[in-house]
Amino acid sequence: MNATRKIRKPFPWHLVVFIAPALIIYVIVMVIPLLDSLTLSFFTEDPNNARNTIFVGIQNYKYLFTDKYYAPIFWGAFKNNIVFFLIHMLVQNPIGLLLASVLCKGGKIRNFFRTVLFIPTILSFVLVGFVWKLILSPVWGVSKTILNIFGLGGLFRPWLGLEETALITCSLISVWQYIGTPMILFYTALIAIPDELMEAAYVDGANAWQIFWRVKFPLILPTVGLVAMMTFVGNFNAFDLIYTMQGALAGPNLSTDIMGTLFYRTFFGQQQQMPNQTLGATIAAMQFIIILIGVVIYMIWQKRTTTYEY
Amino acid sequence: MKKVYLLVVFVLLALLVVPVAAQEAEPGAKLVIESWRQDDIPIWNDVIIPAFNKVHPEIEVIFQPTKQEDYNGQLNTRLAGGTAGDLITCRPFDPSLKLYESGYLANLNDLPGMQFFDSSAKVAWTTDDGSVTYCVPMASVIHGFMYNKTAFEQKGWKVPVTKDEFWALLDAIKADGEYIPLAMGTHDLWESATMGWYNIGVQNYKGEEGRLALINGTAKFTDPPYVKTYEELGKWAPYLPDGYQSVQYSDAQQLFTMGRAAIYPTGSWEISVFEPMINGAFEMGAFRVPKDNADDPCYISDHTDIGIGMNVATKYPEAVKIFLNWVATPEFATLYANNMVGFYPLAKIDYTIENPVAQEFLSWRKDCQSSIRISASIIGRGEPGMDTDIWQTSANVINGTMTPMEAAQYVQDALAKWYKPQQK
Repeated sequence: MNATRKIRKPFPWHLVVFIAPALIIYVIVMVIPLLDSLTLSFFTEDPNNARNTIFVGIQNYKYLFTDKYYAPIFWGAFKNNIVFFLIHMLVQNPIGLLLASVLCKGGKIRNFFRTVLFIPTILSFVLVGFVWKLILSPVWGVSKTILNIFGLGGLFRPWLGLEETALITCSLISVWQYIGTPMILFYTALIAIPDELMEAAYVDGANAWQIFWRVKFPLILPTVGLVAMMTFVGNFNAFDLIYTMQGALAGPNLSTDIMGTLFYRTFFGQQQQMPNQTLGATIAAMQFIIILIGVVIYMIWQKRTTTYEY
Repeated sequence: MKKVYLLVVFVLLALLVVPVAAQEAEPGAKLVIESWRQDDIPIWNDVIIPAFNKVHPEIEVIFQPTKQEDYNGQLNTRLAGGTAGDLITCRPFDPSLKLYESGYLANLNDLPGMQFFDSSAKVAWTTDDGSVTYCVPMASVIHGFMYNKTAFEQKGWKVPVTKDEFWALLDAIKADGEYIPLAMGTHDLWESATMGWYNIGVQNYKGEEGRLALINGTAKFTDPPYVKTYEELGKWAPYLPDGYQSVQYSDAQQLFTMGRAAIYPTGSWEISVFEPMINGAFEMGAFRVPKDNADDPCYISDHTDIGIGMNVATKYPEAVKIFLNWVATPEFATLYANNMVGFYPLAKIDYTIENPVAQEFLSWRKDCQSSIRISASIIGRGEPGMDTDIWQTSANVINGTMTPMEAAQYVQDALAKWYKPQQK
């Protein structure tokens, strides 16, 4: 018996045991429904038996992209969603970074502000929507009174009711609500940078501005990417705030309609509009594809970017 | 003697057993009512359900309404998921027809109480071929304008009959400056259609004549009567509250009930909501849609609005039938008419209404021809549907972002896209 006996590692059963609960729950509540929803987008309701569906291939997608009445609604929602995302990227994240840098400066009232700035994020969107609707109301709103104090009463407009301003207003309210998340993420990234690096830069003669852009910013770049991706995913899944403030029809004239509200109306129906679950699933699939593209771009970028260990 | 005694006992027993056996509710039956009328919670809980429990104490009834804008969507979801209530309050026409066709609503042809209703009352909840009725008709609502009678008397304003008088009145109220002429906003969209378009349109397109002409394909939405409705609606803008583009339904209600607005375009359903809000601060009146000439015939939007049906999946079908039969009785109709002021029962019975504003609305039924909302039946199908299109376009016209002709063209094109009789 000269054969070399292969020494096989025992199968790592403990890993299976540890992963299984999370994996099983994730598959049941996320993966299966997702696949089911994607499948549903290739079917349509059987006209002869409303509870049955029949396979139609990509007809739902064709309808969504080419129908004379539905395509403009879909592309309108897509365009509005991009504007919604851009406003978050250009307003929420820079201000979040600014607030985080200010908080890093220390000071006694830092903890107080850190808490206060984070509070809107943990408030219910129903409450946020309701409060802001009241503030901006032309009948009862306090915004008109405040503008009057500064003699700017003439600037008051029914912002939520005008096509040109409704989407921007809703986006800024959403920014106000969620600013706490990027702020806390940037804050934790900034305080993790060792003081020696900043001291070294200072000794080398860099001013505060240079230290921030040349030392701190490259070090928190992974967090910047993460925040951008979270904003992207969150915005293309957004629904609740618009729904509470502008209703399911996302008025005026669909100017605040985003993918989430379009999906809601199509899938669940709206007043006399009948629910169309297969077309709704098609819109959900489009949301999934858009988000997937965003995440893939992020992953590629993340692979290429340099991360520093300290 | 003993035989006679036994016979009597048997007869008495039989008398007791037979009717009870025929109408026995399941023990412990607990019925949940789905509805979109959140405003009616107190009336159901304090009046209607106790009155029912006097007759049937063995059945527990729970009134569980949803927010009105969300009702159809959430109801559909709950029915599909099997968590919906036992009794379903039915929207008129297509939304309920779809529920019946999907097998969620039971066939009620054999319900004894149905004999109290004419086919005109049942039409909103009957299949296109007229073979099956699936909801018990409960009530209709009548559209019109409410006004602050006290203010009108003080200022010497007169209720308008013709459109010229209506515009002159609005100008007078605006010039006076103390009251907002018309309390309505376009933010929530549906008021522009329900309080606006459906309210005044019916007079322009001559009620059923214009509604059926669209269904038969002999008229188009771009014809003068329909475009004219948009034109008149567009002229409302200067008389609405400042910033009306973001004034909501509840804001408009508050403006009127607080006495800050003179006229409120609406329907009879608002009477029971407004009376406690006004709380005697001023007297309320109602006038119907102004006409082109004083001697024109008048048309009103008298919309069959509420029915109630049975969820096929209910655990207590017998108890549900007992309840539905009770809903069909004159007792319920009288109770409903006087408590849900502004909702007019559809049963063929005589009932009296105490409330003067509700009486005013009801009196129009005698003088004018009734018609239901234009998008309710048949032509309302399609995606997203004529009702939604009228919401959007009416609000756009009032906001000034669409011309009346563009609005009518939009609705017509969306209709012609799927509706054969309009494709000629």
